[in-house]
Amino acid sequence: MFRSAPKPSHSTSSTVFGPGSGVAARALDVRKVYGEGDATVAALDGVSIDFAAGVFTAVMGPSGSGKSTLMHCMAALDTVSAGHVFIGDLELAGLGDKQLTKLRRDKIGFIFQAYNLVPTLTAQENIELPLSIAGRKPDRQWFDTVIDTVGLRDRLGHRPNQLSGGQQQRVACARALVTRPDVVFADEPTGNLDSAAGAEVLAFLRRSVDDHRQTVIMVTHDPVAASYTDRVVFLADGKVVDELRNPTAADVLEEMKVLSARSIAGTATGS
Amino acid sequence: MFKVTWHNLIARKVRLALSAFAIVLGVAFVAGSFIFTDALGGAFDGIVKGTTADVEVLPEGAGQADSFGTDARTIPAPLVEELRQLSEAEKVVGTDQVQGVFVISKEGELIGGNGPPGLAFNYNEMTAITGDPILTVADGELPSTRDQVALDVDTATKAGYDIGDEVTLVTPGDPPTMKAELTGLVRFGSEGGLVGATLTIFDDQVIKDLFFEGKDVYTNISLTAAEGVSQVQLRDAVKEVLPQGLEALTGDDFAADQQEIIGTILGFINTFLLVFAAVALIVGTFLIINTFSILVAQRSRELALLRAMGASKKQVNRAVLTEALVVSLVGSTVGLGMGYLLAIGLRALFGFIGLDLGAADMPVELRTVLLSYAVGVIVTLVAAYLPARRASRIAPVQAMRDDVALPETSLRRRFLVGAVMVAVGVALMVTGFAGSGGRGLLLIGLGMLSILIGVALMAPMLGRPIVQALGVVYRRLFGTVGNLATENTLRNPRRTAATSSALMIGLTLVALMSILGQSAKVSTDKAIEESLTAELIVSNATGQFFSTAYADSIRELDGVDSVTAFRQAGAKLANSQVFLQAVEPESLGSALQLPVDGGSLEAFDDQSVFVSSTRAKSSDLAVGDSVKLTFPAGPTEFDVAGIFPVGGAVAGDFLLTLEGLERSGIKPEDSLLFITKKPGADEAVVRSQIEEVLADNPTVTLKNQQEFADEQKDLINRVLYIIYALLGLAVIIAILGITNTLALSVIERTREVGLLRAIGVSRWQLRRMVGLESIAISVLGALLGVVMGIAFGIAMQRAIADQGIDVLSIPWLQLGIFVVLAALAGVLAALLPARRAAKLNVLEAITTE
Repeated sequence: MFRSAPKPSHSTSSTVFGPGSGVAARALDVRKVYGEGDATVAALDGVSIDFAAGVFTAVMGPSGSGKSTLMHCMAALDTVSAGHVFIGDLELAGLGDKQLTKLRRDKIGFIFQAYNLVPTLTAQENIELPLSIAGRKPDRQWFDTVIDTVGLRDRLGHRPNQLSGGQQQRVACARALVTRPDVVFADEPTGNLDSAAGAEVLAFLRRSVDDHRQTVIMVTHDPVAASYTDRVVFLADGKVVDELRNPTAADVLEEMKVLSARSIAGTATGS
Repeated sequence: MFKVTWHNLIARKVRLALSAFAIVLGVAFVAGSFIFTDALGGAFDGIVKGTTADVEVLPEGAGQADSFGTDARTIPAPLVEELRQLSEAEKVVGTDQVQGVFVISKEGELIGGNGPPGLAFNYNEMTAITGDPILTVADGELPSTRDQVALDVDTATKAGYDIGDEVTLVTPGDPPTMKAELTGLVRFGSEGGLVGATLTIFDDQVIKDLFFEGKDVYTNISLTAAEGVSQVQLRDAVKEVLPQGLEALTGDDFAADQQEIIGTILGFINTFLLVFAAVALIVGTFLIINTFSILVAQRSRELALLRAMGASKKQVNRAVLTEALVVSLVGSTVGLGMGYLLAIGLRALFGFIGLDLGAADMPVELRTVLLSYAVGVIVTLVAAYLPARRASRIAPVQAMRDDVALPETSLRRRFLVGAVMVAVGVALMVTGFAGSGGRGLLLIGLGMLSILIGVALMAPMLGRPIVQALGVVYRRLFGTVGNLATENTLRNPRRTAATSSALMIGLTLVALMSILGQSAKVSTDKAIEESLTAELIVSNATGQFFSTAYADSIRELDGVDSVTAFRQAGAKLANSQVFLQAVEPESLGSALQLPVDGGSLEAFDDQSVFVSSTRAKSSDLAVGDSVKLTFPAGPTEFDVAGIFPVGGAVAGDFLLTLEGLERSGIKPEDSLLFITKKPGADEAVVRSQIEEVLADNPTVTLKNQQEFADEQKDLINRVLYIIYALLGLAVIIAILGITNTLALSVIERTREVGLLRAIGVSRWQLRRMVGLESIAISVLGALLGVVMGIAFGIAMQRAIADQGIDVLSIPWLQLGIFVVLAALAGVLAALLPARRAAKLNVLEAITTE
């Protein structure tokens, strides 16, 4: 099921390691093990990867490859069994709940596949939520910029149930960006959307990277979504196995086929 | 289908435990009420049967002792010898029974006395119908001289006396106190103990000398039937030889009469308790309906899936109801156990107002068990049926959708139904106020219930502006967290309303009682201030009567100008029980100003009565009419000399003269003394003189007007505290209901909680959010309840204004405190759900289905 999409022109410009760009997030030999004794399963088996600031990265891989686990660990939603995770210069290991909460509030933005918004709050209140719980006023100019980028100005007073799925997801994007986080994590942000709404969201994320130098890390299984990014990292069996720069959907699809074939072969021969 | 139900039960332990809790509390209240009254009844039965012989000979009518005040009639002692000639009788003993003999402990405290009688009788070898001797000597010897007594073992232990000690007694005779050597300890025959009553045993001749002016008389004669003679045969034989004015009753008849009298009192207590049980159950029903509504709403997807797989409406319906049945059975069982504990609590509570049950058995009758289960199961099934019906209406196709909404009746229709119920309730109350007696009260009660349920139905709409107003405060004080809490409270108006309605009902009644109590207290103050002219009052805090010797002694004192004695008694007018006060007409004027509505005090003598305005109205009496009051000794005719308005210092239906009361066969014992001092006499000196007279009796005390008013108000307070304590249980159920709703809401909003945490809401912010939501619900309930309570309070006070509560007083501060307490209760209710929300694992929460 391949949806053809025009190759985005922006991905040709190389902003990948531009001058002055540091590392927004970093995993160093990260292991995540579930279960005990004989039943242990390593979801992440020594993953080391840097996510440069101002870059749109996709994390891909077959089911069970560990891509979601990696994102959860990077985003301080889950703890690692071994190794180190950094957001900017800050190592997550050893942080208490209070510090993690502050980190998520101030340094990280989230976009989930679904259920991103608090149903009792208006779009505007949802967008401002990370700031208002910190007791801060939004920076008016940045807020306006974000609102205009997602194109929701006439919808700010609406509650989530009065918005379409695509609009809800755009509100979620605005909320993720309103704090100017070090990094935005997006977990299958287009998974619940039709292709047109999905394209809007992806285009918005792209613009936030291009125009405002945000850092976005997106987990997806959709090659078209991946084609919007600067870099695709492929995971299989809890390891980084490959990566593509400035990918096209066709490149990504090809790589995925190879990976899943390898994975099937691996299962067949036994390990 | 049954398997699915069963798995649901196991899988939802927490939620079901919460809903079962509502049932547990409701059932506990019902079971507790019955167990407690059964225990009371059992204890009294024990006393009655343990003191009744095969045949009892009494002055005519004395067996139907529905009067208080002591019957002065006696039986000549030689009759005992005469009855011993009967071949049908194996044993004949004469008893002299005296009430109002109390034991003062070593520390100078009164033993018992707060309600249970202080009994004294001569030692005798009577055998009760139970086959046990009424008394057995446990230790020491029986008294034989004027300075000796024996006590029952429990009383001696409580008072700290050993054999050989000098015992202080308070008596209704002259002198009113005495000291005697304790020669022995006796054990009372029946198993249930004495229900707090105390027992003093005198020598046969001594009791006659002390309390019967030395006359050779008995108060009753007990006969035991010879081998093979029935009670009836013995009674008939006795009747043959019985002189005029006496009657013989079989033990069974006598016991049955006594039990009937006790049963009336116990029935009143049981009804009183059951009213609170009903309140608890209604509140509990709200809680159960609410819980099942939430549970079914949360499972609507699962139920729709069952429908999609081919389960019929009926099967879905049955699945929910089966679940409710299992929960109700478990809840009722636990409730029954809790009821037993509650009964023990009630025993302590009633001990506080003097109904001392000691260590009486707490019997769990089959009737109690059946009723507990019936109430628990029926209430739960009804409460579960409504949401179950809605659940079964879910179309199978909805299972596929992400958010399944249950079909719900519109708020507008609900509001209209509520408004109609309020209107019906008002009509019922108006009718009830116009009517009288039990039917009127029932209508008023039903009217209130109807209004309460109506308001509960309207609450989703009524509550909205209140919550919104609170939201303004919340936002100002707590910013976004306050905003989230407000919106959460508003997001499901039905749920919020149902949860707060339970608290509303509890607080309505609490506010109503506090307004009535306050009005009663203020009215008492006003009555005493306006009508009492006496400076000093002697009264008995325990409500027992006391010896007339005190009045005589005080009258002799230098600084005392006048002493007006009041006496009390009960009698029957036609079929209703009436309350009498008696006073000397000559000194009445110096004690108090009795406003007279009709007639004149001049015509007040031993042949006449004054009647209260309410009684005159209800019994259709006017000045000049003749009225027949029935005493144990028989009926006495009086003329109505005048009418006095209710609400002054004189309570009761009729005011008699002391001679009029004695003429009716009631033994002279005082209940109140009003004292005026001579002009110029120093009050402090007069006080100390009177106190010296009363010194040896701790139960009879001297007060000035203010202290007397305080004593009256203390009585009102005691009753209020008991009512508060009982209503408190309903309030606790309501608060648990808030906990329940919040806990279920937190479970329901797990993903939202996860989302909030993921974007940086801290644990304590989350806790505060749940806490504020809880406070909003409880304050809403409290405000609605207080407003309703004020409305009911004003209505009730107006309705009973002519019965002595003629001043309306609303304790605003107290009502304000109730609302603040409700808010604090909200904080408590939120503790567990808030903790649970804060403890949720962020990742798990956000990835839950």
